[in-house]
Amino acid sequence: MGNNLDALTTVFTEFYYWVTVVIMFLIHVGFCMYEVGASRWRNHLHTLMKNTMLIPLVTITFYFFGWWIYWALPNGPGFTGGILWDMGAPNAPWSESMATNLGDRITGVFWAAFLLFSWTAASIVSGSVIERIRSGAFWIHAVLIGSVFWIIDAAWGWHYGGWMVQLLGYHDAYASGVIHAIAGGYALGILVVLGPRIGKFAADGTPRAILPHNPWLVAIGLFLIYTGFWGFYAACNVPIISPSGIDGMITGETWTATNIYLGPTTLGAITFNFLMSLSGGLLVAYVVSKGDPFWTYSGGLAGIITASAGNDLYHPIQAMFIAGIGTFLAYKLHYFVERKFKIDDAVGAVAVHGYAGFIGLVICGFVLWGYPSSPYEGYAAVNPLGQFIGAIIMFFVLGFLPAFIVSKIMSGMGILRIPREVELMGLDFKTLEEGEESREAIRQAEKALV
Amino acid sequence: METWAVDLANVGAIYPWQGTEVIMVIVGIVFWIWWHVAQLKGEAEEFKADIAKHGSAEQIKSALDKHY
Repeated sequence: MGNNLDALTTVFTEFYYWVTVVIMFLIHVGFCMYEVGASRWRNHLHTLMKNTMLIPLVTITFYFFGWWIYWALPNGPGFTGGILWDMGAPNAPWSESMATNLGDRITGVFWAAFLLFSWTAASIVSGSVIERIRSGAFWIHAVLIGSVFWIIDAAWGWHYGGWMVQLLGYHDAYASGVIHAIAGGYALGILVVLGPRIGKFAADGTPRAILPHNPWLVAIGLFLIYTGFWGFYAACNVPIISPSGIDGMITGETWTATNIYLGPTTLGAITFNFLMSLSGGLLVAYVVSKGDPFWTYSGGLAGIITASAGNDLYHPIQAMFIAGIGTFLAYKLHYFVERKFKIDDAVGAVAVHGYAGFIGLVICGFVLWGYPSSPYEGYAAVNPLGQFIGAIIMFFVLGFLPAFIVSKIMSGMGILRIPREVELMGLDFKTLEEGEESREAIRQAEKALV
Repeated sequence: METWAVDLANVGAIYPWQGTEVIMVIVGIVFWIWWHVAQLKGEAEEFKADIAKHGSAEQIKSALDKHY
């Protein structure tokens, strides 16, 4: 810290990211409530633990190698250069910056902000596979999506020097693709191999609705995810930076907030657009689902996710309509894929995150066509083809494909799906039986006292 | 650290056992991998035991009635 202004900026930035991390924790609380609410009584506890334990597993692996990937692999390697060893070194787990260090106040909170994105990526996948995946298999997948594949895509398309930004003009300010499309694609890759829950489809292939066991828990869970999403949006920004700090083509002395690419935006802009895209999603989802609460809430999320790629720059009314379009298409695609391919996505995660994210990237390419993707010279401008290629990379190349391959291997080893008998009796069978026995024993003991 | 009588501008890392970071990372990674192996093994054994004890057709039908 060179002077008092530098010191204030650093401490403000440290506190800013710290606050976003705390708010983003609510995303995970929400996902846990949502999943438990959507699962059946006989599977509640395993469902809860499946999602909860991704927290420590993704955290430690993101510390061991995830964070290094982000800083070392923006070039691919192989697209715009090699591995950035110098950039990776301060972010390797043995670096002094990755620990208690009075000379570095930012790495810890910035790492944590990205880590919470990692939890979210894994948590999105978690909901879609409930009630039949082995916890152990899911936790390996959680590490792969949370600490490997999403952070590779972040290095490529969500880093100021990422090769996708440089060559494709890829623009994804609030992670339509780098979190949501990849997580949706990853979930689909598992679901194709995992298969549906027993009873989901009738003998003639007609899908049956397995309704949320506790709609109140689902509703509160989704409200909490909305709340945490605020923190997520703020965490995607650099809160304050000078033109000289950016070191790009911006002239003058005006300090600004920026998106992750160091392109200018404001917290005010993203507040407008967050709320308008939430509203667009809710309004369309209510109509298209005929007032179904589950889909209306999910539609609010799908709306934000669709508009997120360009919500740093859109007009709020554009954000509202883009959100509505994405929500409509995601809803229709969910039921089309369910009927056609017999995919049992228990919480609609592939649609809400995957399809909406993919569509959001494509729309962004048209609406922001010609906008600079970066303040640095020589980068491609935002364009439809670059966004479409980017969406393919996110959903299929880094999402669907690795999940499909790993799931196939797990299935071959017999560690992907729970045994049929266990699925029928319920994952929590033993706990529920023991609970009943215990209650009965206490009841008899109390009766004996009368 | 032995004293706080220092100019903080000149202070960087303050955690104990500096110089052993690589060893700590290796131990941490071994612990992480061990956890997955132990968990997968334990989960498989648990399923096997549950099916052996409660997996008859009658018991499963009863479970479906009681805990759905």
